[in-house]
Amino acid sequence: MAYRTHLMVCAGTGCVANGSLGIKKALEKEVKRRGLEEEVLVVTTGCNGFCGQGPIMVVQPDGIFYERLKIEDVPNLVEEHLLKGRPVKKLMYVPPEEAKPIPKMMDIPFFGDQLLIALRHRGLIDPENIEEYIAQDGYSALAKVLSSMTPDEVIEEITASGLRGRGGGGFPTGMKWKSCRKAKGTPKYVICNADEGDPGAFMDRSIIEGDPHSVLEGMTIGAYAVGAEQGYLYVRMEYPLARKRFNIAVDQAREYGLLGRDIFGTGFNFDVEVCRGAGAFVCGESTALMASIEGKVGEPRAKYIHTVEHGLWNKPSCLNNVETWTNIPVIILQGAKWFASIGPGDVSRNPWGGSKGTKIFSLAGKVYNTGLIEVPMGITLRDVVFKVGGGVPNGKRFKAVQTGGPSGGFIPESLLDLSVDFDRLVEAGSMMGSGGMVVLDENNCMVNMAKYFVSFLVEESCGKCVPCREGLKRMEEILERITKGEGKEKDIEVLEEIGIILKDGALCGLGTSAANPVLSTIRYFRDEYEAHIREKKCPAGVCKELIKYEISEEKCTGCTLCARKCPADAISGELKQVHGIDTSKCIKCGICYEVCKFDAVVKK
Amino acid sequence: MIEIEIDGKKVGATEEETVLVAARRLGIHIPALCYHEVLSPYGSCRLCSVEVVRRGRGKVVTACLYPVSPGLIVKTNTARIKRLRKGIMELLLARSPSSETIQKLAKEMGVGETIFPKENETCILCGLCIRVCDEIVEAHAISLVGRGIEKKVATPFIEISDACIGCGGCAYVCPTGAITIEGEFIKFGDNTFGKLNEFRKKDTGETIKEALKMDSKDNKNE
Repeated sequence: MAYRTHLMVCAGTGCVANGSLGIKKALEKEVKRRGLEEEVLVVTTGCNGFCGQGPIMVVQPDGIFYERLKIEDVPNLVEEHLLKGRPVKKLMYVPPEEAKPIPKMMDIPFFGDQLLIALRHRGLIDPENIEEYIAQDGYSALAKVLSSMTPDEVIEEITASGLRGRGGGGFPTGMKWKSCRKAKGTPKYVICNADEGDPGAFMDRSIIEGDPHSVLEGMTIGAYAVGAEQGYLYVRMEYPLARKRFNIAVDQAREYGLLGRDIFGTGFNFDVEVCRGAGAFVCGESTALMASIEGKVGEPRAKYIHTVEHGLWNKPSCLNNVETWTNIPVIILQGAKWFASIGPGDVSRNPWGGSKGTKIFSLAGKVYNTGLIEVPMGITLRDVVFKVGGGVPNGKRFKAVQTGGPSGGFIPESLLDLSVDFDRLVEAGSMMGSGGMVVLDENNCMVNMAKYFVSFLVEESCGKCVPCREGLKRMEEILERITKGEGKEKDIEVLEEIGIILKDGALCGLGTSAANPVLSTIRYFRDEYEAHIREKKCPAGVCKELIKYEISEEKCTGCTLCARKCPADAISGELKQVHGIDTSKCIKCGICYEVCKFDAVVKK
Repeated sequence: MIEIEIDGKKVGATEEETVLVAARRLGIHIPALCYHEVLSPYGSCRLCSVEVVRRGRGKVVTACLYPVSPGLIVKTNTARIKRLRKGIMELLLARSPSSETIQKLAKEMGVGETIFPKENETCILCGLCIRVCDEIVEAHAISLVGRGIEKKVATPFIEISDACIGCGGCAYVCPTGAITIEGEFIKFGDNTFGKLNEFRKKDTGETIKEALKMDSKDNKNE
């Protein structure tokens, strides 16, 4: 049956949390009530990435984008758009500081400036229906590989594409596959790392939830290339929907003969098992992940002997991240040349020579458009934050952007024109990581931010090696003191010294990179540390112990609002009289500062 | 047989040997707290860190785990390594200030006092006890539980374990005296691992000591 219109309702985790499944039901009901069920189909799709604006719906084929839908909007929307042909302006996206809405999805800078490779099926297919994936050329890369390419040819193609690991390490994928193919020992394994643990990052979840077959197809191609017959998807416990959809994909692929024995009648066998993590961040580290699959304590081990030779159950194992795997089918279909034409550097002689393709980031923090974005490698940080992200809201000044997750570094405004690629980010004291990107404005205290991420890492360190377990704890103590106004002159030096011990001495990637948030903030925002330590002041006005609230006599109108909202009864004053704050009672929650309409409450 | 170079001295080594083993054969002292020659290396204390030089650039690795390869150049006592070991020692001294083993090693590395607030933890989580229990006794009675600063050695559910055969191997091997034999019990803080029985008290203890080569100089952290 052919429909004239498809209503693509986003069913990513963000939109579902905002009630998109209720919207879907209401749409179906309304479409039926209006007698449009023969012409209009309501479809649920994977995550669109514009999670701050959810629930989202795209009307196809015209590409009209609706945001922040409510159930009560549905009758009017169906009547106006679907019956009368008049798209509803008030449900469309309005860019920051503009009045005119943008009707079409691809005209919105958030979407228009992206380049979708890994997220190529975003919002286009039903992730629980294999036929929709197949209709988008799904599994044709696998067919091509199994029918016309040798494993070595597949590896050559991936190597030539310049694809580097998207989980954070940036290791050339083709090189890894080649070593695994050459490694002695059977059986061999391929593993998909879906233990995405960076706070606020959800690239991998979104891919699996939205396009699980692309991951499965990539893994199957990888298995053929390295000579494996068994694969594992290690997915974190907190991703039940991703797990469910991946399991559905595995069942469907088995049913269609795309997984299991004698795939496409070529004699190639491959199957996948789903392993669930138990909630440890460190299990995203490849050796800890393998220990966890084996049922052992989730601790990393030294990688002097590589996992491609001795990995899972001591057998050659090829582990890649979700985003890496999902890139594989496209590279096979469109060719290494095409892929290598995107992004900076030259990988024709040296696979480390550049950063190719795209990278997905989860853009969060003080930025107008938050959500999931896929951009070409080599884009500048400025374009990510100000074009795709729409800039910093509320007229505040941009301060820094943190890339690479909790152990990434903070990059200041002076480096906004930095190219986003594996090597430039490391040079700037940060890293690509798995793709977290947090934007900070003038109201963020850098010492406090460093403390936040160090605290996260203290919690998540496995505790095996001394530098990471003991060193991070000491860093946290020092940062805690500094933010309380108890910093000592030597503290910065000691923090840097612990940073060196971590970099040189820690066992795994978590530990060696853990000092980045501290070292990069010292490098670019040393003056803030010094203000905390010497003047006992927090320039951004964040560290509670270092600020106090006062009421300006000139500005206070005596409206009593602050006194009524104060949870500690610290504010007193008569109506139409200047109010005052009792500092002994004040808990510095900042509510008075936020509620005052006359800017009479001042932070000092 | 392959040849490698440690601190300018050539030494022969067999494949699959580690840098630490080769260095000790040469009489070069590399400190190590979590290493024991009859147990598999674990690499948690990081004190045996050394630099390997490749294409003129030094890389820090742990000697107890790093496999030798033909032409490998190792430096055990560079400024970078000394600084790292000193830093690690300061951290350990803050964790376990009353441990004699730690005090002695700290002194050896020129660390007099730690700048960090002192704690009173005897266990340094070197994991030797667990490896003895797994690899020598094969009782698998204890394991690491929790993570990060909460991590500790324990029996399942921190209760007296049926799996513990009461050999005391964990207490013999513990470098800091965190695991103790008190009367008939093997204890680790509030956690009683198990009970020594008559037979085990007499025989297994000696057998374990022998298996662990307790008389060997290298195993006394000297």
